[in-house]
Amino acid sequence: MAELVVYGIVLGSIIALGSVGLTLIWGITDLFNCAHGDQITVGAYIALPFVSLFSWIGFLQAKVGPFSFNWGLALAFIPAILLSIGLAVLIDRWVYKPLRQSGAHFITSFIASIGVAWGLRGLIYIIWGADFRFYTKGLRPMLFLPLEIKLRLDEIFIVVVAWAAVATVYLFLSKAKMGKALRALADNRGLARVAGINTERMIVWAWGIAAALIAIAGILYGIETQLRPEMGWIFLLPLFAAIILGGKGSITGALAGGLVLGIAQQVSTAWLLPTYKPAVAFIIMILVLLFRPKGIFGRRQM
Amino acid sequence: MSILRVEDVVSGYGSMEVLHGVSLGVEEGQIVSLLGPNGSGKTTLLRTVFGILSPWKGKIYFKGEDISGIAAERIARIGMGYVPQEENIFPSLTVQENLEMGAFIREDDWQPRLEEVYELFPDLTDRRKSRAGELSGGMRQMLAIGRALMLNPELLLLDEPSTGLAPRLVDAIFERIVKLKEQGVTVFLVEQNAQALQIPDKAYILEGGEKKAEGGAQELLEDAEIGRLYLGR
Repeated sequence: MAELVVYGIVLGSIIALGSVGLTLIWGITDLFNCAHGDQITVGAYIALPFVSLFSWIGFLQAKVGPFSFNWGLALAFIPAILLSIGLAVLIDRWVYKPLRQSGAHFITSFIASIGVAWGLRGLIYIIWGADFRFYTKGLRPMLFLPLEIKLRLDEIFIVVVAWAAVATVYLFLSKAKMGKALRALADNRGLARVAGINTERMIVWAWGIAAALIAIAGILYGIETQLRPEMGWIFLLPLFAAIILGGKGSITGALAGGLVLGIAQQVSTAWLLPTYKPAVAFIIMILVLLFRPKGIFGRRQM
Repeated sequence: MSILRVEDVVSGYGSMEVLHGVSLGVEEGQIVSLLGPNGSGKTTLLRTVFGILSPWKGKIYFKGEDISGIAAERIARIGMGYVPQEENIFPSLTVQENLEMGAFIREDDWQPRLEEVYELFPDLTDRRKSRAGELSGGMRQMLAIGRALMLNPELLLLDEPSTGLAPRLVDAIFERIVKLKEQGVTVFLVEQNAQALQIPDKAYILEGGEKKAEGGAQELLEDAEIGRLYLGR
């Protein structure tokens, strides 16, 4: 059981990376982004060519410390993050921005994002095919902890990187001028406009942050398991459950929600087949919607 | 000179016309009130002046310049401030952060202005770090006005700042509005409350989307028929 909780924290950290960006976008643009999962997939795959490219450079072939991957992969985070941001900003400009400006109902943009999700996945099938891919082959060093917990060293890396990224975003949102403006926008968009804040520019910032976290989530999940075209799509349900649990636009809520979902899904495998994991996410989402529709951490109604 | 001039403005939401050609003016350095019952189009007028709604017909001039149909984001930058009646704060941000957001588009040093706003509303000073959503109604209104003041507006549009407040608090708010006038801010005050006729230099009465009367505040207060028809006495 202790082991399942630890695995849950690993999975939950990756979910939290996705859910923070998802709730930010939801709070600021009302978009419930169905393509978030597939953008995670893209983030993972986009790193692949850079991993190959960097492996031509001798000294980057060395493994990073005790982990299973080399410095090439560590370096590939940077171009993957940048490309992920560029992609998200372009999708917003071409798809969601025209919808926002025509005053489209949020259901319209929701359905448009399903289209984006399928489009991205199609692209991945075309470029990389349906086969599983790996960043690295070879042994994955294990760590034996008390309570019979077996942990891959990579998983410690995953948790540390995920929480460092989330902490950075949290600090940015609470201390930086732009971060505060993003929270203001999530709070009260009309008033932000009255204060002269350029909302479209802030939305670009929000996508930038969300897409950076997306790329990190994708690569970390790729390290944890393997790359396959459906890897992000199956994250969508736990992501939605996490942000509904957390409450619209609540960053801390999305973090806690992500962790809860990760742990609940992994612990459920003590009694259920792992294939039922999405069902666990779904049940949590339905329970929250029934009993706490504003989320556990949601803002009180004004 | 009129700092704000509204000429034959027709406006509304979707296909519903709310204002049927309203004209009025606000003189620089004065407090001007717009009174009228619920649903008379007062808020619609403010929203149209501030560019949240576009006028269907007619013109709006600010400092002599035609601003009809210019977006709110830009109007905020040219010296006009607007405090909506409801949802006029950022509830999950602290008091201080709310005021900082008021100054978001300022590129100069706004710290002195922040201190001035705290001076005008000393109660806010002790609550700097509180979440705005936890404030009482009166404090919330003061914060909302303070936020708008961070941009040093020459003209401040206030939408029913007395809503839901106890008479004592209404007086406190009106007192600050008079103080603002003394500091040189022109105030266009929308109210339902006849109490609001105590402070303005001039007032207009709006009903059913049309201007029904205008005049000095004292004049309107003493007019028995206006009192009976529009001010509920």
